[in-house]
Amino acid sequence: MALLDVKDLQLSIGKFPILRDIDLSVDAGEILGVIGESGSGKSMTALSIMQLLPFGATTSGSIRLDDREVLGLPDAEMRRIRGGTVGMVFQEPMTALNPVKTIGDQVAETAMVHGGLGRREALEVARQTLERVELPTSRFPLDRYPHELSGGQRQRVVIAMAIAMRPKLLIADEPTTALDVTTQAAILKLLQKLVDEDGMGLLFITHDLGVIAGLADKVSIMRHGEVVEAGPTVQLFRNLQHPYSKALFEASSHVPRRVRRALGGATPVLAVDDVVREYPLPRRGLFEKHRVLRAVDGVTLRIEKGENVGLVGESGCGKSTLARAIMALEPTQGGRIAIAGEPIDPQKGASFATRRHLQVVFQDPYGSFNPRHRVDRLVSEPFHLLGSAAPSGAERDKRIARALEEVGLSAADADKYVHEFSGGQRQRIAIARALIIEPSLIILDEAVSALDVSVRAQVLDLLADLSDRLQLSYLFISHDLAVVRSITDRVLVMRAGKIVEEGATEEVFRAPKHPYTQELLAATPDLEGALAKREAAGA
Amino acid sequence: MPSFILGRLVSLILSLIASSIVIFLVLEVVPGDPAQFMLGLNATPEATATLRTALGLDGPLLERYFTWVLGLLRGDFGISYTYKVPVSGLIADRIWISLPLAIYALALSTLIAFPVGILAAVKRNSAADVGIMGATQVGLAVPNFWFAMLLVLLFSITLRWFSAGGFPGWEDPLLALKALTLPAVALALPQASILARVMRSSLLDTLGEDYIRSARAKGLSQGQTLWRHALRNALIPVLTIIGLQFSFLLAGAIIIENVFFLPGLGRLVFQGITSRDLIVVKSVVMLLVFAVILVTFLVDITYALVDPRLRRATR
Repeated sequence: MALLDVKDLQLSIGKFPILRDIDLSVDAGEILGVIGESGSGKSMTALSIMQLLPFGATTSGSIRLDDREVLGLPDAEMRRIRGGTVGMVFQEPMTALNPVKTIGDQVAETAMVHGGLGRREALEVARQTLERVELPTSRFPLDRYPHELSGGQRQRVVIAMAIAMRPKLLIADEPTTALDVTTQAAILKLLQKLVDEDGMGLLFITHDLGVIAGLADKVSIMRHGEVVEAGPTVQLFRNLQHPYSKALFEASSHVPRRVRRALGGATPVLAVDDVVREYPLPRRGLFEKHRVLRAVDGVTLRIEKGENVGLVGESGCGKSTLARAIMALEPTQGGRIAIAGEPIDPQKGASFATRRHLQVVFQDPYGSFNPRHRVDRLVSEPFHLLGSAAPSGAERDKRIARALEEVGLSAADADKYVHEFSGGQRQRIAIARALIIEPSLIILDEAVSALDVSVRAQVLDLLADLSDRLQLSYLFISHDLAVVRSITDRVLVMRAGKIVEEGATEEVFRAPKHPYTQELLAATPDLEGALAKREAAGA
Repeated sequence: MPSFILGRLVSLILSLIASSIVIFLVLEVVPGDPAQFMLGLNATPEATATLRTALGLDGPLLERYFTWVLGLLRGDFGISYTYKVPVSGLIADRIWISLPLAIYALALSTLIAFPVGILAAVKRNSAADVGIMGATQVGLAVPNFWFAMLLVLLFSITLRWFSAGGFPGWEDPLLALKALTLPAVALALPQASILARVMRSSLLDTLGEDYIRSARAKGLSQGQTLWRHALRNALIPVLTIIGLQFSFLLAGAIIIENVFFLPGLGRLVFQGITSRDLIVVKSVVMLLVFAVILVTFLVDITYALVDPRLRRATR
């Protein structure tokens, strides 16, 4: 009898069916990976097991946990299971902890609720558990608050909360999605260690095939509330049957087709020389001098016409700050920036004429549009940079239609509002907005990071095609090395405000010179590499 | 934490200095010569000038400012032009009505709003929630002086439980509190309605947070989650409103003071303005500003007690 046995699970919220005929099982000491894109029902499956479903949800079928039916248990019984038999870790470590309680109290709470322990004994349990997740009290005292920890450290606290009672099953819902690659690698290693030590079952939910390939014993692929394919990891990935799983596999290692051409023009579209961006830090004492944080520390880079340059680095390394400086959104404290040969004034910023050469696409396809404006108004916004030369009337409509068609939308979409579009379509609208005044350079700041793999592959194809046809240059900023590898000619690796390595993309990825680049690459989940390694180990 | 308090204290003192300058200058430029007003329309220019000198109204600006501020620090607020008695005495008599009334009304409003707001949030969209939201809507819409009159009609005239107005003094504290009860209820009604709505929406926001789900996943019941995790986080906006309400209640009770014939600060400042008794106006306004700044300071300290993220020296 498996530790967790889900059979014919159906879930609907109100009238809407969410899950259909879900079958899953996890044994003690086993890791089951559940893969799916957003909306596939993977999180709802996890919440069904915990019986923490949203209001109005009805379930049928069977969820047997440790040989006991979970569906229909009264809440008092369920509370003993939650945190006791089953622990759960969520995606967003920044918000999963209560900001006004110490980490010690939050971990101890699990022990107080389940073990019937007093506060002092519970804190001792918390100390031991935090030790197990590698947050020793010598460096992370129990009276720390969540805001004093980094994202990875917070995720360790969340894991400690979940495993304090040594549950038989741990459910981890995208636990590393919000983390940097090196942090992700460390958390994955920790989860593996806990499974090995305690013989705990792990249900690991993710959208990242590379992560699952290196971790899970078996995999279930979900789509539209159904499991489309399931089996032991290597076997499953090597003989995918369902068309959707095949498409998912393709998309996650997708490399857009690009035509390499000679880079043209004597003037680079972007020239950054020795740029410095400093922020004042809060004073520690009343009379102490202002300290500064050097977020960008003497960065130099060039982008030629038609060239795609990648900028990679972990959160906080200064890559977005550098992008803001290039866009002249913030003053710089040193160095020079020139766009298409025209220098930006470090204090006053760039003129409209200079800004015309530069556009940007941001990460969040939901937050980057005014929801009250129609698509034609959103897309034509950059026209104000043209001043009196801005097209109007039929010419304006023609340009809007062309920009929309350029990104694979139709001219009729101009009359719609953004809420009528999916995430991928919104990102296309953002690209259309950037294209409409025919810039020389587009800064793509994590522009595909929020998209599902299949949509991401389409958008990458679009970007590659546009760059080829229109001789566009990109500054492609991302923490996702695989994406950067697939679309850029040259790559810069940034760390603590400095460029530590720079070179042709293929060369840097094949033979990284700087230890930090090597570390990043080693931590990056690699689907093919992980499968090959497991095959070799199995053979 | 100590450096945080020190920082807030410095900002409190700076605000006080800045506001004293503003109040002084504004009352310098308002039209109306107190000396002229006191002597009436038929006074000779010579008599007016003599009185101005006697009142100290013709010295250099800076000198008069410092005389005033130093007086304030010593508790000497000057002599009222119209009452011809020390302003400090006038204020002292009235603050013992206005301050207890404000505290009484605020306590009532908090005691009503907290349970009601929490209930509405927890039982969201239930009959109780709809009822509470409707009631608070009425509480906001009803003018408080009209509500005060209804209270007088019911409790003083029909039931004869409370007196219809006036204040017996603090010799018998119970009697004094009784006299303040109807005004406090009248003042608390709209405040409680606002506070309950803020409490409800703030708690609803908090209950949607990820850490509430984490707490449930740990095995806490809904009640435990509410008390241990949600309530303290929901308190910040509620505290802000409480701070604003206290300042308002202290000075803004003038209409209610009139309905109940209570000689409070609101009435004093109103009479001071109508009779050009600028020294009274200046002192009462300064006192109210001091109260507001002090309450803001206390609210800031409470913020920091509630939320550890705010405990750093600078924000």
